[in-house]
Amino acid sequence: MLRLDSVGRHFGDTRVLDGISLTVPDGQLLSVVGPSGCGKSTLLRTIAGLLPVQEGTVTIDGTAVNGVPEQLAVVFQEYGRSLLPWLTVRDNVALPLRRRGLTRAARRAEAEAILERVGLHGAARRRPRELSGGMQQRVAIARALVCRPALLLMDEPFGSLDAGTREDLEDLLLEVHRTNDTTIVFVTHDIDESVYVGDRVVVLSPGPGSRVVHDLPVDLPRERDQLSTRSLPEFVKLRTEVGRAVRGAPLEGPV
Amino acid sequence: MTRTQDSAPPASAPGPPRAGAVPFLLRWSVLLVAVACWELAARAQGSVYFPPPLRIARHARDLWFSGPPGRLFLTPAAVGTILPSLGRMAAGFALAAVTGITLGIAVGRSRRAYALCNPVLQFARAVPPPALVPVFVVVFDFGTPMQVASIVFSAVWPVLINSAEGARATDPLRLQVAAVLRLTAPERLWFLILPSALPRIFAGLRLSLSLCLILMVFSELLPGSDNGIGFTLTDAQTRSDLLTVWSALLLLGALGYLLNTGLLAVEKRLVGPGSSARRTA
Repeated sequence: MLRLDSVGRHFGDTRVLDGISLTVPDGQLLSVVGPSGCGKSTLLRTIAGLLPVQEGTVTIDGTAVNGVPEQLAVVFQEYGRSLLPWLTVRDNVALPLRRRGLTRAARRAEAEAILERVGLHGAARRRPRELSGGMQQRVAIARALVCRPALLLMDEPFGSLDAGTREDLEDLLLEVHRTNDTTIVFVTHDIDESVYVGDRVVVLSPGPGSRVVHDLPVDLPRERDQLSTRSLPEFVKLRTEVGRAVRGAPLEGPV
Repeated sequence: MTRTQDSAPPASAPGPPRAGAVPFLLRWSVLLVAVACWELAARAQGSVYFPPPLRIARHARDLWFSGPPGRLFLTPAAVGTILPSLGRMAAGFALAAVTGITLGIAVGRSRRAYALCNPVLQFARAVPPPALVPVFVVVFDFGTPMQVASIVFSAVWPVLINSAEGARATDPLRLQVAAVLRLTAPERLWFLILPSALPRIFAGLRLSLSLCLILMVFSELLPGSDNGIGFTLTDAQTRSDLLTVWSALLLLGALGYLLNTGLLAVEKRLVGPGSSARRTA
């Protein structure tokens, strides 16, 4: 269980996060949505231990986060920079396995198995740069999953992909979540996306001094489909509610 | 957090013009024409101080490259002249490279070390390398240690400064990735920092290599040297053996060209396509 207790942060005089409290139960896919520049990435990097916790506490299963926690993986938006261009796709994915003391052959076999799962069986020996953006982000997801993390953080992972690729990867993410039961914190600025992939959506207010302004469960069926789910009346209602919260409009009133 | 554009250029992006852009024959024909002009001008002049290039080449061959095939056609004179020079240069270059890369990465990875060392480095680099040779003569006396020390002390700066710059410019996002993947310090160095810095390291090595050649010759010109290409040069000059002087110059040019070509080949292998090297190379 991931728990944030009045987490605050400032850079110099600028207040970025202001008293963020959240509890994410195991296995939940939490979407965090908010306008650009509201501190979503800062929140994510704080949970990941990449930024020190300035105010409040972040705990994972009761242990306070201090440095990068065990069993945590992060997928960044900038797949091109996050992958190492001088390694093959397979070696990129196998890199985090080194600390498990496996032989090189075992590491590669495991990397290839996970690449197959994200739909990249043919690409193991290629370089990241030879792949399309969507495929590169699949590699980054494979690298995040290869150590079977208990907590997966995703920072606008599909933000720079075209619409079709983005939908494919959203479905891949849902499939991964269904089969692995990983807790996922998914940061996005896309309202539809936050509802489509999330079990729950948390809306942050625009910065500076961003806080949680809305927190709603997504009670859509677990099996989701890009066309039929998005046309459900419940989906439309949820996205409208999230949209209003993001824009800071009053939550009640005519739709 | 701002969203940064993906730094990877699309695979179809036009690369820098390759060497093949100018046909092989055309490139060499310019050299041929230049040599032909030299030959004609020298023959027309008939001066003993400016012998025609064909005579120089013939003299160089007789002097150094007319040995038995079993010894790679090297004459004893060549073994006694070229090998000591190359040996000192190789030792100097290797020491400069290892020291420069190690210290450079260390300095580049620490913001404080970089801030403290940068003025000293810039100063050390600004001193014309041959000016340091007299200092080493005093410290080491004449001979190989002095010569190697002169080479190392001149050639180390470009590698050091470029390695530091390269290590410093490691993509901060990739450092975050390394932290999240929980790479150990040696893994981070090997898989992230060194490959990131490699294009800059090679830029430094290329500069160092040419400095090595300069300092190799210069340190052999001093009194007290008794072998090497630089020694041959001064020795022939005192004997007014202009053909040998010109041959030594030709040999130095050829050596410089070959060594640089070799280094470029190594660079091409290590900093291959697919790495960020292409943009800085």
